Amino acid sequence: MAVSFVLNGEPVSLDVDPEMPLLWAVREFAGLTGTKFGCGAAQCGACTVHLEGQPVRSCSTPVSSVEGQSVTTIEGISGKAAAAVQAAWQRIEVPQCGYCQSGQIMSAVALLEQTPKPTDDDINSAMSGNICRCATYVRIRSAIHAAATTMEG
Amino acid sequence: MLKNFAKDPRPSRRRFLQGSAAAAAGLTVGFRWNGGMPKFASAAYAADGTLAANAFVRIGTDNTVTVLSKHLEMGQGVYTGLATIVAEELDADWAQIRVESAPADASLYNNLQFGPVQGTGGSSSIANSYDQLRKAGATARAMLVEAAAKDWVVDRAGITVEKGVVSHATSGRSATFGDLAGKAAGLPVPVDVTLKDPGRFTLIGTSVPRVDAKSKTDGTAQFALDVRLPGMLTAVVARPPVFGARVKSVDAAPAKAVKGVVEVVQVPSGVAVVATNFWAAAKGREALNVQWDDAGAETRGTAEIMSEYKALAEKPGMPVRSQGDTAKALAGAAKTITAAFEFPYLAHAPMEPLDCVVRLDGDRCEIWAGDQFQTIDQGNAAAASGLKPDQVRIHTLMAGGSFGRRANTVSDYIVEAIHVAKALDRGTPVKLVWTREDDIRGGRYRPMYYHTLTAGLDVQGRPVAWQHRIVGQSIIGGTPFESVMVKDGVDGTSVEGAANLPYDIPNLAVDLHTTKVGVPVLWWRAVGSTHTAYSTEVFIDEVAHAAGKDPVEFRRALLSHHPRHKAVLELAAEKAGWGTKLPEGKARGVAVHESFSTFVAQVAEITMQPDGSVKVDRVVCAVDCGRAINPDVIRAQMEGGIGFGLGGVLYGEVTLDKGEVLQSNFHDYRVLRIEEMPKVEVHIVPSTEAPTGVGEPGVPPIGPAVANAVFAATGRRVRSLPFTRDQSV
Ligand code: FES
Ligand code: FES
Repeated sequence: MAVSFVLNGEPVSLDVDPEMPLLWAVREFAGLTGTKFGCGAAQCGACTVHLEGQPVRSCSTPVSSVEGQSVTTIEGISGKAAAAVQAAWQRIEVPQCGYCQSGQIMSAVALLEQTPKPTDDDINSAMSGNICRCATYVRIRSAIHAAATTMEG
Repeated sequence: MLKNFAKDPRPSRRRFLQGSAAAAAGLTVGFRWNGGMPKFASAAYAADGTLAANAFVRIGTDNTVTVLSKHLEMGQGVYTGLATIVAEELDADWAQIRVESAPADASLYNNLQFGPVQGTGGSSSIANSYDQLRKAGATARAMLVEAAAKDWVVDRAGITVEKGVVSHATSGRSATFGDLAGKAAGLPVPVDVTLKDPGRFTLIGTSVPRVDAKSKTDGTAQFALDVRLPGMLTAVVARPPVFGARVKSVDAAPAKAVKGVVEVVQVPSGVAVVATNFWAAAKGREALNVQWDDAGAETRGTAEIMSEYKALAEKPGMPVRSQGDTAKALAGAAKTITAAFEFPYLAHAPMEPLDCVVRLDGDRCEIWAGDQFQTIDQGNAAAASGLKPDQVRIHTLMAGGSFGRRANTVSDYIVEAIHVAKALDRGTPVKLVWTREDDIRGGRYRPMYYHTLTAGLDVQGRPVAWQHRIVGQSIIGGTPFESVMVKDGVDGTSVEGAANLPYDIPNLAVDLHTTKVGVPVLWWRAVGSTHTAYSTEVFIDEVAHAAGKDPVEFRRALLSHHPRHKAVLELAAEKAGWGTKLPEGKARGVAVHESFSTFVAQVAEITMQPDGSVKVDRVVCAVDCGRAINPDVIRAQMEGGIGFGLGGVLYGEVTLDKGEVLQSNFHDYRVLRIEEMPKVEVHIVPSTEAPTGVGEPGVPPIGPAVANAVFAATGRRVRSLPFTRDQSV
C-alpha cells in the first residue's frame, strides 16, 4: 500500500508497510539519511522531524499516520529560525560526534518558531527529550539563546 | 594476534599513491615510521600534478590541502586537531584544509603508542601524532619552497610562506600551493626538515573552526548507518538472553513470512534476520522463535556477584604497589578511617548504536564502519571471512560516539556482519544494525568493581598509611593484548589511577583481585579512572575531614612531588572561589585526577533538592594537557566529559538478574539530559609540554567532586554508585 505525504515540500508516495515508522520510510525509502535512529522508542529525539510544523519522534510515528500531511526533515528546514539555529550551531561549534544534532536542531527550530525568546526553562522543556551522549548541552543552550538574539535583530 | 599483525605484508607505497592520485590531481609526502624514525621516500611522486608529499598530506592543483586522518573522528575533534598540526607547519590557510579518513594500513597509519596497530583510543591521537604530523607538514612545505626556488631561480632562503601563499620579496614573485603542487611533486622528498619555533605558531593554540561543524548541522555528515549501496540488505541479530548461551534450535518460518525478509541465518552470536529494509528485519526478528542452550552461560545476578566480590575483599589480592610498611603504619596510627565503594556495570550507549556495512566478494572484503580499531578489525574480519588481512579494506566513516565501545579486541559487530555476509550471495552488501536494546543488553560493559580503602593518620593529622584493594574483572585478560598489558597477573587498566596515587603518603599498598565473570567487559571512556578516581578522591576527602583539614589544603600539602596536579587543583579552587561563602543549601566539592597524562581538577557546586536528589549547578574545571592545540575543542571535551561522567555517576547502572540484563533503553538506562547539565567553566593551564589527550580526562573528576559536595552539604558519603541507588542521597 502506498502512503502519500509531502516531504520537504515535495509530494511523495512510498510503497511501504503502513506500520513502518516514518523514520525508516524517510531514511530508506525516500533516501534522506539526515534523520537518525537512536532508540526507536521516543526516548532520545535523534529522529525528530516536523509534522505540520510540530516536532515529532519519527521512530514512533507510523508512516500511515502522516498520510496527506506535511513532513519536514533536517534536509528541508528553512526560514528565519532554521537559518539562525544552523548558523549559531556552527558558530558556537555545538556538534561533537554530530549524530544527535539533526534531532537537536529540529527541536530547537520548532521551539524558536513558537517561542522566539525562550527562557532557560523553555529550553529545558523543549529540549529535554533530545539526548546528546556527547553532552553538548552547554552549547545547545547557548546556541539557542544566540539564535534567538539573531532573530530579534 | 599482535604478532600476526606485525607480519602483515606491507601494502605497497605505490598502491597508496595510486589511490591518492586517483582521488585528486596534485603532492602526497610518503614516509614510513620504523621504530619512530621516518624513512622518507627517495623521490616525490608526481601524478596529475597532485603533491602527495607523504601519507598524511596531499596538495591538489585546485589549491586544496587534504589531511589524511589516521584516527577515527567520533566527536572528539580529532580531524580538526590533526589538520591544525599539519597546516601549522605547512603555513597553509585554514580555509584550504580538507580532512579525509586514511585507509586502514598499519604500515603507514599505526598509532605510535599502539605499536604496529592502527587505532584510536587512550586519548592518544594528538599525543602520538604531534611530531609525526609536524614533520609531514614541514616536509610538504619544504618541497613547495624548493619548487618555487627552482621555478623562480632564486635562493630558498629568501622565500616565505604565509596562509597558503609562497612568496619571494626580492623578485616580487608569489604562487599558491596549487600552482606549485605539480612542480613540487617531481622533487626528492627531503630527509631532514626544520620544524617551526613554537613561538611562531599561528594556528596551534588558536581555536580554528572545526572542519566537521557544517556537515553536522545540515544532516550531510556520513555515518555507517547512512551508507547505501545498490542491492544492500539489512540484518538484525537475535542474541541470547544470557551471556554465553548458544542457539539450540530456530524456527525461522514465522520470520520468513514477514514481507521483505530475505534470509534467516544462524551466526555464532545468534540468529540473523536479513531483509530488504530495517523495519522488515526487525519485525522478522520479533517473529522468530529461538530456543537457547544455557549450558556454560553466566546465570548469576549482579547482587550475587557483588557479594562474592565483598567476600574476596576480605583477603589480600595480587600486590600492585607497595611502599613502606602499610600494615605496621596502620596498626600504629592515631586514627584510622575505612570505607568501601561499589561500582556497577555501565553501558557505553553511544548515540549511534553499533552498525556497519560489509561486502564480501571472492577475495575481497570491504567494510564501512565508524571504525576505531582498523588493524584489529582487519585481522578479525580476515579470520572470519577466510581472507588475509590485506584483503580487508576498511572505509572509516565518522562515528556517532563510541566512548570505547567500537574498539574491541574481538571486533564483535564487524565479525557478526561478516558471518551474515558469508551466508548471502557473493557481493551482496549487508548493513548490520544493533538496536538500542541490543546495545544496552549486548555487554562489553565498564566492569563492576568493589573497592576497600583504609587510611591512618598520625597525632598531627598527617596521613601515614593508605591501603587500597580493588576487586573486579580484567578488561584486557583473554584478549590479544594480554601478553603486553597484563603484568604479573595485574591488568594495569583495573588499577590505573589507584596504583599511581599522587599523594605523598609514606606507607602505601594497593592490591587487586581479578575475578572471572561471564559478562563481557570493555574500556569505557577513561577506563580504570572511572572508578579509581571516584574511590581515591572521595576517600582522600574523608581522610581530610578526619584530619580536620580543608579538602583543598589537605591535598595541596600532599602534592609537593606532583606540581601539575597541584597547579590544576589550585587553579580550579581559585576560579571557583573555593572557601567563599555560598547561599544556604549549596555546597562545593573538589577532585583532581590525572589520566592519559592529562591533569584535571574540578570544583562542583551543587544544590540539594527537597526530594534529597542533587542538582549540579556549576562546574569549574582546570586542565593541563600540555600545549593546547585547539583551546575550544579542549573546552568542548571537558564540557562533554563532565556531562558524560555526571550521567554515569548519577544514573548509570546495568544490573543482571539470573544472568539477564534488566535494562533495555534510555527509559531505564538513564543518561544525562539538558536540564541536568551544569554550567561549565574551563580553564586551560598554559603549557609548552608535549600535547596530551582530552577525550577522556574530563570524565574522572566529576563524580568524586559532586560526591564531595554532597558530603559538604549533608554529611553523607555516596559510596555506592549510581547516586540514585545510594540510600544516602
Ligand atoms: S530514535 Fe526516535 S526518539 Fe530515539
Ligand atoms: S553530538 Fe554526539 S550525541 Fe550529540
